[in-house]
Amino acid sequence: MTPGNPGHLPARRSYREATARRRLAGILDPGSFTELLGPSERVTSPHLAGLGLAVAFDDGVVVGRGLLGGRVVLAASQEGGFMGGAVGEVHGAKLVGLLRRAERERPAGVLLLLDSGGVRLQEANAGLVAVSEIMRALLGARAAGVPVVGLIGGGWGCFGGMGIVARCCDALAMSEEGRLGISGPDVIEATKGVEELDAADRALVWRTYGGKHRYLLGEADLLVEDDLAAFRDAAAALLASPRSLDEGALAREHERLARRLADFGGCTDAADVWRAAAVPDPDRLPLLDADAFRRAVAAARGEEP
Amino acid sequence: MTPALGALVGALFPAGHAVREEGGIVVGAAHTAAGEVAVLGTAGGVEVGVEAALALAGEVLRTVREHPGRPIVVLVDTRGQRMSRRDEVLGLNGYLGHLAACVELARRRGHPIVAVVSGDAVSGGVLPLGFMADAVHAVEGAHPWVMSLPAMARVTKLPLERLEELSQSSPVLAPGLDRFVRLGAIEPRWEPPLSEQLAAALSRPAGRDRRAELGLERGGRLLAAAVARRVSGEDGDEP
Repeated sequence: MTPGNPGHLPARRSYREATARRRLAGILDPGSFTELLGPSERVTSPHLAGLGLAVAFDDGVVVGRGLLGGRVVLAASQEGGFMGGAVGEVHGAKLVGLLRRAERERPAGVLLLLDSGGVRLQEANAGLVAVSEIMRALLGARAAGVPVVGLIGGGWGCFGGMGIVARCCDALAMSEEGRLGISGPDVIEATKGVEELDAADRALVWRTYGGKHRYLLGEADLLVEDDLAAFRDAAAALLASPRSLDEGALAREHERLARRLADFGGCTDAADVWRAAAVPDPDRLPLLDADAFRRAVAAARGEEP
Repeated sequence: MTPALGALVGALFPAGHAVREEGGIVVGAAHTAAGEVAVLGTAGGVEVGVEAALALAGEVLRTVREHPGRPIVVLVDTRGQRMSRRDEVLGLNGYLGHLAACVELARRRGHPIVAVVSGDAVSGGVLPLGFMADAVHAVEGAHPWVMSLPAMARVTKLPLERLEELSQSSPVLAPGLDRFVRLGAIEPRWEPPLSEQLAAALSRPAGRDRRAELGLERGGRLLAAAVARRVSGEDGDEP
């Protein structure tokens, strides 16, 4: 996806290893980001101190305005380094406020750099309500005609209620290392037992939740390398092709999800889905880089190779 | 239909209904003082998996297509999303996101949407449908929650005694309707007659999402409304 001169390829800068702020700096036009309600405002969680837990001056999410290819966008970036990017009262309210600003200001789009285990259990009830408010605000921004694009490639993936939020977006870009779902592997193992899902089986976890499987299913729209420039290009491309929320578009999405259930409903393992999708040589899929993988599964996704 | 669901729909719709329940998924129509309504939702604490999410989304789309503007009554009794490897392999979060988008479409097309919680209301079961309503009401038995305190103590490694002590004053930790009322997410429990409460709820205009403001008024969420307003800039940007 990155065009250019093979003699002068820039060094890849990992998206996964970057902090929330560095991800924004690497994706938006250089120097263009202005934070809203930044750490100097010291708006912190009101619920953590009583539990003897440390707070963060941004409550684990950075929100603000910047430029992408010269066009104004609003952007949020969850910081996995603080409580796994989990959503508490303040964290959630910042996301809600940003999406409401989008509905009012009509920027070229909203970028959500998602890196979150879901609801922050230390403020569980407030986190659940906040996730619900994020969903309403996100769909409100989209209904106002502002595209919302999610990027998933951080160390915490995108789970719990934030996994639903992700699929309320117009489109998603993921890296192979990114993970997306609702009930994470640890939660399923703890609730249903190790026979249902062995959270220590890394290959199983990656092929279930990882970017490759999500892309093959059509849950993610673009699969990119773990590289800030690749995520930047993906964000720009996805903002340019928003998905309508009208009745016709939702009816088509309904058909697509119904077809997936008809085609793959008997599968309990991602590898079964890959075989049922008639991907050539499915066992080698985990070994392919993003480019080769996209070519290998193009037909299964209904695309021209 | 279970006796509990039968009693609930009987009390909500004494003028008559054609509500069916299969595998915990509720679908149908009913007469109310506010006119004919569509009824859909969850019963018996069912965990919402890919099939249920798709079926419920299909009902919302069908209501929008065949009965423009008809109010939608959402019944809520769910212990959350179905937790299984298969549901994750198939992308359950995508099915739930689609359901939420369908509910939003119905709202935008002028369908009033009122939710009634009569049992459990948990996480991925309540987010894409019940909590997407214009207003969420509760009847006897309503029990919203995210996690029990012993489980929370285990996962967060915080002492259970401390969590129990804090739950006396803080609404964010322990399960229970009163706490979600304080947070602004659910309205106080209806007293009978439920049919009159429902008719009143259906006649109230939808308006925007005011849950954070209600949470402030009720003392359960002191920061959410102000933080969202400051970030949104709706009061004018600060210097």
